[in-house]
Order: sequence, then structure tokens, then C-alpha cells
Amino acid sequence: MNSFIAFIMGPMVWISFIIFLGGLTIKLVGILKAVRQKEPYIYSYVTLKHSLRSIGAWMIPFFPRSARMSPVYYGISYLFHVLLFLVPLFLASHIVLINEAFQISWPALNDQVADWLTLGVIAALIFFAVRRVMVPEVKFLTGAMDYVLILLVMLPFLTGFLAYHQWIAYRWITVIHILSGELVLIIIPFSRFSHMLTAPLTRAYMGSEFGHVRQAKDW
Amino acid sequence: MTDAPSSVEKPTDPAIESGLDRLTPDRIRQVIQQVLKNETGPRFKAYVETCMRCGLCAEACSYFLSNDRDPQFMPAAKVKNTIWEMLKKDGDVSKDFLRRAVRIAHLECNACKRCAMYCPFGIDIAYLMLLVRRICHKLEITPQYIQDTVNSHSVTLNQMWVKDDEWIDTLQWQEEDARDEFEDLQIPLDKVGADIMYSVIAPEPKFQAGLLYQAATLMHAAGMNWTMPSTPGWDNSNMAMYTGDNEISGRIARAFFETAARLRVKRIVMGECGHAFRSVYDMGNRWNSWVMPPFEVVHALAFYHELLTQGRISIKEKYKKKVTLHDPCNVSRGRGLHDKAREVVNMVCEDFVEMTPNREHNYCCGAGGGVINCGPPYKAERMVNNRVKAEQLAATGADVLIAPCHNCHSGLEDVIQHYDLKMEIKFLGDLIYDTMEKKIYEPGA
Repeated sequence: MNSFIAFIMGPMVWISFIIFLGGLTIKLVGILKAVRQKEPYIYSYVTLKHSLRSIGAWMIPFFPRSARMSPVYYGISYLFHVLLFLVPLFLASHIVLINEAFQISWPALNDQVADWLTLGVIAALIFFAVRRVMVPEVKFLTGAMDYVLILLVMLPFLTGFLAYHQWIAYRWITVIHILSGELVLIIIPFSRFSHMLTAPLTRAYMGSEFGHVRQAKDW
Repeated sequence: MTDAPSSVEKPTDPAIESGLDRLTPDRIRQVIQQVLKNETGPRFKAYVETCMRCGLCAEACSYFLSNDRDPQFMPAAKVKNTIWEMLKKDGDVSKDFLRRAVRIAHLECNACKRCAMYCPFGIDIAYLMLLVRRICHKLEITPQYIQDTVNSHSVTLNQMWVKDDEWIDTLQWQEEDARDEFEDLQIPLDKVGADIMYSVIAPEPKFQAGLLYQAATLMHAAGMNWTMPSTPGWDNSNMAMYTGDNEISGRIARAFFETAARLRVKRIVMGECGHAFRSVYDMGNRWNSWVMPPFEVVHALAFYHELLTQGRISIKEKYKKKVTLHDPCNVSRGRGLHDKAREVVNMVCEDFVEMTPNREHNYCCGAGGGVINCGPPYKAERMVNNRVKAEQLAATGADVLIAPCHNCHSGLEDVIQHYDLKMEIKFLGDLIYDTMEKKIYEPGA
């Protein structure tokens, strides 16, 4: 058991990050090469200025009209995405592990704050799931995979929350926590989670078509 | 204003039905695979892989809003019911599926691109719907009326079977009539080296010849050095662009630009049409491998703005009735001309009231993107599918609706009639013609 834990806390972390970052890099290079080969016109229309203008406009909370028309979903979704990165990266116990391995560290979130924020992430995911059942137009689009993706993201946060409180089966919960975190990293490049890479690209292209060619706003 | 969608009888289109009769499962699979594999690339792949099924596009779509938020009409659902299914089954789809797919792509989407502005990722669903139309074109199941306009383009290079001599005849007829107002007025044909080639869409000579008259008086009064071609290439409309017949679409645009090149004009000015503008300033050039059009293409709205701000024409007395302005997709969301349009309206009219939403966010007329060109069999459902527009217009309380685009104009005329809105509909050119000083511009005067 100890050697298994050593594996998932050691080499497996490396493997996960290599697949996560390597997978996204290969995907990006693949997209850029395919654009060059099959749709080179895209390079004629994409401009850095209009790409950043569009991405920037969509990063400002409640700036796009679309965001103002669905404020609850947008607000929750926006916070969720921020916390998704913020909580794991600034969690004291994660920073301790990184410090042990690389002798680097950075300021951590207060444990109690992190605990509440973790609950926030879980609540947001429950909201997304409920929305998929309750809102007819979202329900119409939803397939089994959408719930699987929600569960996959929820698992590391839920087990992290349980592990912190050490209510039940601490050791097992921690193992599931580590494994599920690694699983999410590994599947990012191969699932719709890769929108973390492709969404800025589609936004940049649309932003450029609107800004550069159409001389209109796209938010 | 509450017709339920189910109350509309779904007609059977003879072109769709006879096309479907000819198809075999092999042929269907082969065409879909060919288009999806060879005619798409990473852009298509990214759109399919990036959509998170969040449903935010629903709020953008006038079809969805007009049909009491029926999920079938939301943009992503239209993709789900066409492209996703074709991908999932690798082209192995039934004729019933295709019958529905043609209707979705041709009659339940105006390709207005409003949804691209409501998707956080900027996924271009209009592009995906045009891809479905491309597949329908290759399967030869395009709706009859719009296919006929493409056939006309193919034979005559104009949309409405206008014969070469009829075209010249109509211009001369309008020239003669306009000489009642301006003694020396000419519609100069094939004047090589003129500053401006003025171009129109085929419905103008076919049944709106008065618009040629108005444009000629405007050009004459403003003292422009202009010309119109006497040969095919005068029509800037492009219905093939909307049926996915890219080859004919490219041919039309090429003939158009070559006509301008033959006349060695400095720029092309065009009448109040949206899709035609888009076809020459943004689409036709791409098919013919120009990043940007080889000529400066000026839409009527920008041209009016230029004439009025330069003082080449002046307004005698402003138009008195309360007016509102419809922003056509292809000139507003499509080219950002909405602010210039407002300046012109304010220079010409006394009492202007906005409709909401407006500018890039305006609702589509429901006619554009080739929908109205699918013809009278589909008019009833077109009216049901654009209830939201009627409500938006009614809320302005305006007496006159300005619609500076042919498609919008025809579509909104139907909406006004169907929903019994007490509103007149005008082109911006109509109002300028009515209110301008009928005298010839003299520099420095």
C-alpha cells in the first residue's frame, strides 16, 4: 500500500502533468498545422489586436450582453472557473507538497477559507447538474457525457473536502482524491475539457472576423 | 400574435421530395463523408469539440424566442439535429432525417450570426448551418424556389432571369422618366474610367424599377461621375452563397469584379441590400482568393452618409413622421454601419426612435440568409417564426420603419401585414429622395 501511495504521489503526478501539458501542446500544434494545411485563410483574418479585444471583453464579468441576460448562470460559471484553478493552486497542503519536492512555495489560502471555497466549487457543480435537468433548452442538449464530466470534476474537490475533515476512511479518501485529480488532468486533452485550449482559439477567430473584417463588436 | 408553431401546415417541397427520391443510402453517406472530411478542417473540429452544451445561444435566436422557447429552435439544437447526428452516424442518415435537416438549415436559420455573439466561445453556428446547406446542395435537395434563383444566376448571372435587353431597357426607361425632374439626367452605361460603378440586385429591374430612378436622381443631383454596366455582372446578389453552391457563388462574384475591372472604376457603390453587400465585400472575394475585395465596396448607407456630410446633397425639409430603424445583420453585425445609419437618419428625419435591442444585437428580419427566397410555400411559418420581431417593432410606436436592406424590407413588410402593425416601411433612399433638394450640386456653392 505504501509503495502504491508513493507511486501515485510521485511518478504518477509527473505522468499526469506530462499528459496534461504535453497533450494540450500536441493538440495546439496539431490545430495550427491543420489550419496551415486546410484552412490557411484563417491566418489572413486573425489579428492579435482583435483576438485580445474579444477575449478581453469576454473576461470582464457581466460585460457581454449574453452574460447580462443570464446573470445567475454566468456569475456562478465565472466564479467556478476562477475557483477551479485558485483553490488547488493556493491550497496550503498542496503547497507543502510542492515545497517538499522542489523547495519552492507561495502564499497559501487560509485553510478555512479554502474549505468554504471547495464547498463553493461543489455547489456550483451541483447547480450545473440541476440546470441540465431543469432548464428545457439545456436539457435538450444534455447527454450522459455531460453528467460524467461534472462528476469527474467534482470527485477531487469532494474527496479533498472529506480528506481535510478526516471524517471517514481518511487514507482511502486521500487515495481517491489523488487518483481522481490525476485522472482529470489526464483526460483534459482528450475530452471537452480541452475547451481550456480551444475556446480562446475560437473566440480569437470570431473576435477577429468581427473586429477586423466586420468592424463590429462580438459581445 | 400567438399562432402556435403546430398550427402551421408543413408543406412538401417538390424539389426536396424529388431529390430525396433519387437518393440511395450509399450516395447519402458518400456525400456527407466527402463534405465533412474534405471540405472542413480544424475550425469545424474545434466547433464540435468545444461546445459545452451550455444553452446560452438559445437567448440569441429569434426562432427560439418566437416559438415560446421551444428547445428545437435553439441554435445548438439545430446543430445537434443535423451535424452532430451526421458525425455520429458517419453519414448513415435516413431520408426523413435529411428532410428535417434541409428545413432546419434553410428555413429555421437566417445565418444572421447573432448566436455567435451569445456563445462565450464564439462558435459560429451560422457556418455550421451553411455547411448543412452545402451537403443538401450536393445531395440535390435544396428547396425549389431558392434553387431556381441559383439556376437563374447560373444562366444569366442575375437572380431573376432578367434578360440582357430587359436590363438595358429598364435603365433607359427609368432614365427617361427621371428626365421629368432633371432635364439632363443620364444613367451612363459602360462609361470606362468612371469613379463609381453603381450596382443593384435583380429584383430592382424586375419589379422595383423606381429604386433605379431614385438612385439615378441621387447620383445626378450629387454630381457623381458614375456608371452602370450594360452586361451581365451588374447584379451583386448571390443566392448560391446561401444554397452552398460555392462554385456558382464564386463565378457570380468573379463576373461582378471583372465587370468593375473592365470599366476601370475606382470603387463600387451598391444599393440597399445586405446579403449582396456581404457577398461582394466578404464572401465572393474569399472564394476567388482575395483576402479583401479587389475594389472598395461601398454600401448605400455609407454612401448616403458621404453625400450628406460632404454637402453633395442637402435636405430641404426633414421628414416629419416618427421613424424607427432596423439594423440589417449584414450591414450592422456584418459591417458595423449602424452608427453611420443613425447619423443619416437623424440628418433626414425629425423624430427617430430606437427599437430594442439594436445595432449588432438587433433581431433578424426573419427573411435573410435565403429564408424568404425559399418562397411563398413557407411564408406562414416564417411569420410564426418571427413573432419576436413584430413585438419589437410594435413597442417602438413608430409610424415608419426604415429597413435599409432588400431582404429585410420584404420580410418586414410581411411581418407588418401579418401582425397588423400600423406601420409604413421605407428604404432610407426613399426618405432621402422625398426630402432632398432637387438641384444639382455645384462645388463651392
